[in-house]
Amino acid sequence: MAQGPIGVFVETDGRNRSEIALGVHDLNFYYGDHHALHDISLDFPARQVTAMIGPSGCGKSTLLRVFNRMYDLYPGQRATGEVMFDGKNILDKSIDLDILRSRVGMVFQKPTPFPMSIYDNILFGVKLHERLSRSEMDERVQDVLTRVALWNEVKDRLKAPATGLSGGQQQRLCIARSIATRPEVLLLDEPTSALDPISTARIEELLDELKEEFTIAIVTHNMQQAARCADRVAFFYMGRLIEVDQADRIFTNPRQKQTQDYITGRFG
Amino acid sequence: MTDVMMSRWQGDRRTVYRRLKSRCATVLSIVAGIILILTLLSILWMLLSKGLSGLSLSVFTKSMGPPGTHSGLGNAILGSILQTGLALLIAAPFGLLCGIYLSEYGGKDNRFASVVRFVADILMSVPSILVGLFIYQLLVAPFRHFSGFSGSVALAVLAVPVIIRTTEDMLRLVPVAMREAGAALGAAKWRVIMSLCLRSARQGVVTGILLALARMGGETAPLLFTSLGNQGWSWDLSKPMASLPIVIYQYAGASYEDWVQLAWTGALIVTAGVLMINIVVRISSRPQ
Amino acid sequence: MPLDRSHIVRSYEHELDHLRSLMAKMGQQVEEQVGLAVITIEDHDEQAAHKAVELDPGVDAIEREVEGLAIRLLALRSPMGGDLREIVAALKITGDLERIGDYAASIARKAVKASLEGGNISLSGLLSMGKLVKENFHRTVDALTLMDPDLAVEVWHSDKGVDEYYTTLFRELVTYMMEDPRNIRPCTQLLFIAKNFERIGDHATNVAERVYYAVTGENLPTERPKGGKKEA
Repeated sequence: MAQGPIGVFVETDGRNRSEIALGVHDLNFYYGDHHALHDISLDFPARQVTAMIGPSGCGKSTLLRVFNRMYDLYPGQRATGEVMFDGKNILDKSIDLDILRSRVGMVFQKPTPFPMSIYDNILFGVKLHERLSRSEMDERVQDVLTRVALWNEVKDRLKAPATGLSGGQQQRLCIARSIATRPEVLLLDEPTSALDPISTARIEELLDELKEEFTIAIVTHNMQQAARCADRVAFFYMGRLIEVDQADRIFTNPRQKQTQDYITGRFG
Repeated sequence: MTDVMMSRWQGDRRTVYRRLKSRCATVLSIVAGIILILTLLSILWMLLSKGLSGLSLSVFTKSMGPPGTHSGLGNAILGSILQTGLALLIAAPFGLLCGIYLSEYGGKDNRFASVVRFVADILMSVPSILVGLFIYQLLVAPFRHFSGFSGSVALAVLAVPVIIRTTEDMLRLVPVAMREAGAALGAAKWRVIMSLCLRSARQGVVTGILLALARMGGETAPLLFTSLGNQGWSWDLSKPMASLPIVIYQYAGASYEDWVQLAWTGALIVTAGVLMINIVVRISSRPQ
Repeated sequence: MPLDRSHIVRSYEHELDHLRSLMAKMGQQVEEQVGLAVITIEDHDEQAAHKAVELDPGVDAIEREVEGLAIRLLALRSPMGGDLREIVAALKITGDLERIGDYAASIARKAVKASLEGGNISLSGLLSMGKLVKENFHRTVDALTLMDPDLAVEVWHSDKGVDEYYTTLFRELVTYMMEDPRNIRPCTQLLFIAKNFERIGDHATNVAERVYYAVTGENLPTERPKGGKKEA
């Protein structure tokens, strides 16, 4: 079944064969004249956490922003190659970005609560794509808030402004908002770098549960975090994918010298 | 304690000189602040002492009239409210749209946007009398009569650049992350702007509009050539219309005592109105 | 994959260096104990036996120091990759070295006893085995000090010879004992000594395996090359 270097299926730890949620083939990315990603080929197995690590400017965030075509917001940024998602190349001009983004959610480094109530925050994305009755909306809000373990903390103030929540709560709200549109893939761009250790632990615990249902791609500067959360880890350097492997392998016995230097803190 | 240690605690002459300079600067700044407050207070005191005695219900209910007839300012107050209200209705949407365009669509490399921005800045510093003359040429001269409407347009021209600038600045303060978070949920650009950016910048934008309103409320010059003034009650914006600043301008120098009194009272009302708007701005822009 | 670049945090690098030097020191001391054990057998030197036993507390102290340092590094530095492997390997290697030291001391003690009890049994076989073990262990310590995986593999393979020696000696001593019951006492001592040498060889292979893992990240095959048959 596997064809060439990138197969339709990959062997994964613990599961026999897992389908590929996102298949990246020969991806190149440009910020204007700057060639930011070089020939990236990488598979993201469904319902697994894949972490992307590497020094600042290595292209890991850039790659993440390709998956929901975030770069389309900025003229001069372009990608070539192929990113297969549900049978289609999402880099294709014909892709409806609004639909793509409802299927590929994203959570950012800093919590971004919208200037509205907690309730409306959750439904902001939902209302763009679905027509729900009042009771269905209530149900959806309760469902996603329960899943991010926020329901008990906010159930009595759903109509209160979301900006009144603590940083950790805001970030969990943002995750709830992203999964409310029922995406298949969840992109996390350093989701805990602005949070305290307890909030960070809560989010990491959350990831563990969310991966039952979603394919998760996370960019992190925190190697311990990648080690704790990820099934697979990809190491990027200077816009190239240096190595991708199971997390335990990457952190105990990486194949590439650059990876070894980076994870042991001998980069420089 | 040794001598060496002592000497580091003792300042030399330069230290003393520096301290002196610092004290002088502090005192001068405080004096400037006090002068400013005294100026404002003396203006308020003058307005209150001269205007308050003329304040009565009839000032608001009666229209202007010949000297010695116990006339009021009712028609001028109405005219001011009508004209600034209409001006705001013209200026606010226009200014908002321009501000949105500059902030959301007009990037650094956009030539047209930089021209718009430049023009808006120039417009902000154009003397208001020039705006009056311009509208006179445009809306008064061709129709051969003054009108409240043309006065509104003149005031709107003054308000638009203020609203553009504050809207653009306030929208630019909205973090990129918010726009991206909106887009990441699949919201189209206009949706992100209307539902997220404007909402998040609401306070600042409203403040800008109120400041523009305050500015319009006190303008005389553009109205001289456009709405001219009117002695009687008038709701008709196509006819000449009274307004408080013009009344003050006309009555303050008059030789009838009761007209002068009315000018002072009118000045008091205008100042109170502008002050109130400023206070509302202060309260509304206070972080919740 | 030797780490030719030093860590960005210099104190971390210093601690790792300290760990390495402790390991080398411990290796040397245990090697000395093994050497003294062999001398005790060769020269019936009670003095040497005494020294071998006296070295034991020092070796134990180093083991505890390595443990403390390794736990500190794990807790404070969150080591990854090669560093992590090296620290974990150090923890286990000190255990092996400590056991080897114990065996060496025990051999020295028993050798004194055996020579006191006399008997006409030839010690030459035991001595050759001891020299081979000592030689192998010397190379093991070299592999450890230099973190040389090739040398480690070599040592790992050569333990086969020690096992073969043991099987031969075992048969030989059993034969002595069957010949004359009076030989049973001294032969039992010698059998213990042989067994201890064999154990030293096993622990030395463990050390070699761990050096190999620390450096390459790969495990040597779980089945070690065994010389001779397994004893009952």
